[in-house]
Amino acid sequence: METIIHIDKLIKRFPAGNGFFTALNNVSLQFGKGEFTGLVGPSGSGKTTLLNIIGSLDAPTEGEVTVLGQSIAHLTHKESAQLRNQSLGFIFQTYNLFPVYTVFENVEFALLLRRMPAVERRKAVLEALEWVGLSDKAHSKPAQLSGGESQRVAIARAMVKKPALVLADEPTANLDSKNSHNILQTMQRLNEELQTTFLFATHDEKVMNYLRRIISLEDGRVVKDERFVHTKI
Amino acid sequence: MLAFKLAFKNIMGAGLRTFLNIAVLSFAFVIIIWHNGVIDGWNQQARKDTTEWEIGQGQVWHPDFDPLDFLSYQDAHAPLSEALQSEVATGSLTPILIAQASAFPQGRMQGVVLRGIDPQQKILKIPAHLLEREDIKTPALIGKRMAQSLKLEEGDPLLLRWRDKNGAFDAVEITIVGVFDANVPTIDGGQIWLPLQRLQDMTGLPGEATLLVADESFTPSELSPWVFRSQGYLLSDLNAIIQSKKGSGAVLYGLMLIIALLAIFDTQVLSIFRRQKEIGTYIALGMTRRQVVGIFTVEGSTYSILAVLLGALYGTPLLFWLAKTGWAMPAASTDMGISIADRIYPVYGAGLVFGTVALMVIAATMVSYLPARKIARLNPTDAIKGKIQ
Ligand SMILES: Nc1ncnc2c1ncn2[C@@H]1O[C@H](COP(=O)(O)OP(=O)(O)OP(=O)(O)O)[C@@H](O)[C@H]1O
Ligand SMILES: [Mg+2]
Repeated sequence: METIIHIDKLIKRFPAGNGFFTALNNVSLQFGKGEFTGLVGPSGSGKTTLLNIIGSLDAPTEGEVTVLGQSIAHLTHKESAQLRNQSLGFIFQTYNLFPVYTVFENVEFALLLRRMPAVERRKAVLEALEWVGLSDKAHSKPAQLSGGESQRVAIARAMVKKPALVLADEPTANLDSKNSHNILQTMQRLNEELQTTFLFATHDEKVMNYLRRIISLEDGRVVKDERFVHTKI
Repeated sequence: MLAFKLAFKNIMGAGLRTFLNIAVLSFAFVIIIWHNGVIDGWNQQARKDTTEWEIGQGQVWHPDFDPLDFLSYQDAHAPLSEALQSEVATGSLTPILIAQASAFPQGRMQGVVLRGIDPQQKILKIPAHLLEREDIKTPALIGKRMAQSLKLEEGDPLLLRWRDKNGAFDAVEITIVGVFDANVPTIDGGQIWLPLQRLQDMTGLPGEATLLVADESFTPSELSPWVFRSQGYLLSDLNAIIQSKKGSGAVLYGLMLIIALLAIFDTQVLSIFRRQKEIGTYIALGMTRRQVVGIFTVEGSTYSILAVLLGALYGTPLLFWLAKTGWAMPAASTDMGISIADRIYPVYGAGLVFGTVALMVIAATMVSYLPARKIARLNPTDAIKGKIQ
């Protein structure tokens, strides 16, 4: 399997008081194309920090992180924006939709940053809304959607550009059980159909049941790395 | 283009606050154009009237003449040189003799300035031809302000006393043969216009003049000791007053503009604070920070563009109506010492309109850029969570 993320002896420290707080301590991991993997662990174990560094929203303190062949530590602002725009999708616990845009425009936004012709763009947005089953809500505003629907819009926004890698930080934390299963099934389907790599940070037992690999973090260290040939469901 | 589309959506999403910002800004916009239009209209009218009634295309002065120093009138006169005489003969110059005198309307005494003018002159709009009266020994013209202040009408007599060139007092009764209506106070208030030759006789200064008014066919050459005063020179007082009026008006609408800009600034600061999550999300979706700063800056500029559009919507009919009906000047303003018509018709030049639009857009962009710069220093991971103070 093609490896798309290399992490070698990653250390992340944050300034805290007079000294430093080590959020990630000597993490080495590799992720292959098409994985459906979760980072789990207690609160404060470093899950979000690791996702942010992989997403080049934050920089490593020490060690080497390579995502899709690009060394995160050495990217300029512009290059890391380019990487996110071309190859990464983000899904957040709080959905982070743009309140003044319609569902269609929220999804379209990801494509506006690429100079894609309007006709193609429209086709892609409608297709992405179909993936998540929200074709009929294209003209709604985020305020009119339920939590589950909002998160599905966020998934469509992350997926519309068919990124190589989707980073999802607690995507189900604000959802009830039914909606959680719904969006996980949606992501699982997209993972299989489009070969998109999914990387989650989660506490949620429901999520873990879908994962094919679970990496356990504790105090910034990897304490377990398990693979499942078949998902538990 | 993307930034404009986003900006438009975002500020429309802000509702009432947006409307208030735009309303105040558009109000400042319309007032600036109107105020400057009034002053420009006044300026044009005043220049035209002053040129037509008083200064012509420039004047040739006796070297001792100082219009502000009444005492200089006594000695500031001389016979015309040959060169000047030939210009007068072709009609390029018309001589004017100025002398001081006392008038006695209704038994009061009032200092006046006598101005002798050629009844056949065509350079100034003063109706000098009315002075061609065989039946009246000393016909005189006055302006309507003078007529009001002396309570005189056409046909009324007025007693004048003056000193001739030897300092001897003499007196005569003049007859008002015409009252002209000009907006130029310097040829009206305190001025009495007499036939040039009659005034030369009265003062014992035959063939002499204090100044000569030029028309466009006159080309100034060596006139020594006489001095040529260009139109620009003669209009410089007017220009100074217009400039100071512009300045004092600028304080008023500058204040309005500042209030409007503060409102935008405040809105921007607040929106950058409240919309951190959105900012973080823009970055996560692949925008550079510079692009996000651009979005927020353009948002501020969009206020000004919408304000201009709104201002154009209600301002265009309003300003046109004001330009048609004019702006009535209070009676007291006739004492300002420079030309003011009873009504001023504002003039809105393209330069004024485009200049004001540019001012609005640049100012709004600047006050939006200042708070937006903060975004560039934002940590995206904090912004996504919306936890920055
Ligand atoms: N910007 C920061 N500055 C200082 N400390 C930070 C910062 N971001 C994270 N930390 C610290 O690093 C540690 C790991 O944080 P992280 O958010 O990665 O945890 P997590 O595993 O995602 O937790 P949770 O499950 O609660 O989301 C925490 O102790 C946190 O306080
Ligand atoms: Mg977390």
